[in-house]
Amino acid sequence: MSAVVLGIETSCDETGIGIVRGTRLLANVIASSMEEHARYGGVVPEVAARAHLEALTPALSQALAEAGVTLGEIDAIAVTSGPGLAGALMVGVAAAKALSLALGKPLYAVNHLVGHVGVDILSAGEAALEYPTIALLVSGGHTSLLLVRDLISDVELLGETIDDAAGEAFDKVARLLGLPYPGGPEIDRAAEGGDPNAIRFPRGLSLPKDMAQHRYDFSFSGLKTAVARWVERERDEGAEVPIADVAASFREAVVDVLLTKAIAACEERGIPRLLLGGGVVANRRMREVADARCQAAGIQLRIPPLSLCTDNGAMIAALGAQLLLAGHPASGLDFGADSTLPVTRIQA
Amino acid sequence: MLLAIDTSAGTSVAIVDGGRVLARCDSDDPRRHAEVIGELIAACLDEARIAVTSLDGVVAGMGPGPFTGLRVGIAAARAFAVGAGLPIIPAVSHEAIAFEALEARDRPVIVATDARRQEVYWSAYSGLDDRGLPTRRHAPSLTKVAELEHLVSGFDGYELVQTRTVSAAALGLVAELQRASGRAPAANEPLYLRSPDVTLSAGPKRVTG
Ligand SMILES: [Zn+2]
Repeated sequence: MSAVVLGIETSCDETGIGIVRGTRLLANVIASSMEEHARYGGVVPEVAARAHLEALTPALSQALAEAGVTLGEIDAIAVTSGPGLAGALMVGVAAAKALSLALGKPLYAVNHLVGHVGVDILSAGEAALEYPTIALLVSGGHTSLLLVRDLISDVELLGETIDDAAGEAFDKVARLLGLPYPGGPEIDRAAEGGDPNAIRFPRGLSLPKDMAQHRYDFSFSGLKTAVARWVERERDEGAEVPIADVAASFREAVVDVLLTKAIAACEERGIPRLLLGGGVVANRRMREVADARCQAAGIQLRIPPLSLCTDNGAMIAALGAQLLLAGHPASGLDFGADSTLPVTRIQA
Repeated sequence: MLLAIDTSAGTSVAIVDGGRVLARCDSDDPRRHAEVIGELIAACLDEARIAVTSLDGVVAGMGPGPFTGLRVGIAAARAFAVGAGLPIIPAVSHEAIAFEALEARDRPVIVATDARRQEVYWSAYSGLDDRGLPTRRHAPSLTKVAELEHLVSGFDGYELVQTRTVSAAALGLVAELQRASGRAPAANEPLYLRSPDVTLSAGPKRVTG
């Protein structure tokens, strides 16, 4: 019988507790503090950390009930030790250590980004993801392009955002257009019926001069400023801002640059596989364009179900279960929260 | 037998039983709570030579204290309690300081701990009651460091006790006495005493002049 692993994720604004048995998902409980951040227009670290502390033990009990397992049946604990918001991570790290001691079970401290890749195994069924694969992980907290040669032993960072995360850009442009937080779904809604080619917004780090140094890196702060300038000019001229066109054109610019670089990585590295992860996958246009372009390029596209794409504890449990299965020793008790944990450190 | 955890100052863990301290493990580092909490709990269980199953409850120091560190102890205590199937017993961290201070002197005390940003957390205790528990005169509050002296002068005969550490052993002893006296434990909520540091933005700023 496969091992039962409980995963704890508190790196941003979702308190996630997941339970897996080997590669089978048993429970995936997520308590989000998103609504509390809405009035601030973005994630406030202290608000997120407070919410984690309140949500953690109720989510733990709920996950056990949903999974139909008792604490005694848990074989190991896994927890996100980074990257993420330090104060938020610490809540999960402290709880995981104490739980591991109370139960007398091994503890695995794992990398959040690699967790986004490892989650695929829970929905793969027979056709498990083949390695190597390219992974594009996009959320409000991160925008990273990875080359995963082996889930538990060999992950390379090809590129990442050098300023805002893509999800942050959605939030900021939504605010600019007078739309509420979180921006992703709002922009998606506003873009309906809009022309994605109405306005040609810049694609960050795509010019030849940038490509030498930042081939697989992203930048969204220039795009955000370009949208702001465009909207301000229209307003100054007394014109009515065509919200649908602006939203559609902005979204197109983000999606275009993300997928252009991801597919370039697949082609240049000779890896015909692309995995998407992170909350921005919820964006309909993102999935459409990914589908079309991957098909055209002969790349196999994997997108886990949305509930496993946004931050969750199941992905941490799944990665922990793979480490356990491979016989990796448990993490010691002395690791901390590492807000900038590199992807090469799959287990802390 | 109780496991007590307090991270309102450094990181402090202890095991107490019937008024005796069976183990105590402390780290004074005010920044490494998450790193050391696990090892300190493990070391205490080792030192006391007891199994998790011999514990009757987990005492959590609810502060006041700097938020990030404070949460580490509360999260650990709550998770340990769930894992071991034990009740969580919230306690006010300042009561641990008052308990130790009042046992050592005959005067009422004002307890003050660092709240960073030129502020201190403070509370007042008039003495120990017939069960040996600190009697609270003023609930934990926040004030400017510069105003502390003036504030103390308003409490006639009180001695100011400022400390950089909070002892989980003392907290555990207080919790035991409280339990024995049938007094309700503190609220199971962290004593932040400060709102999150955020300002509501007035909408997007112009980027063009
Ligand atoms: Zn994420």
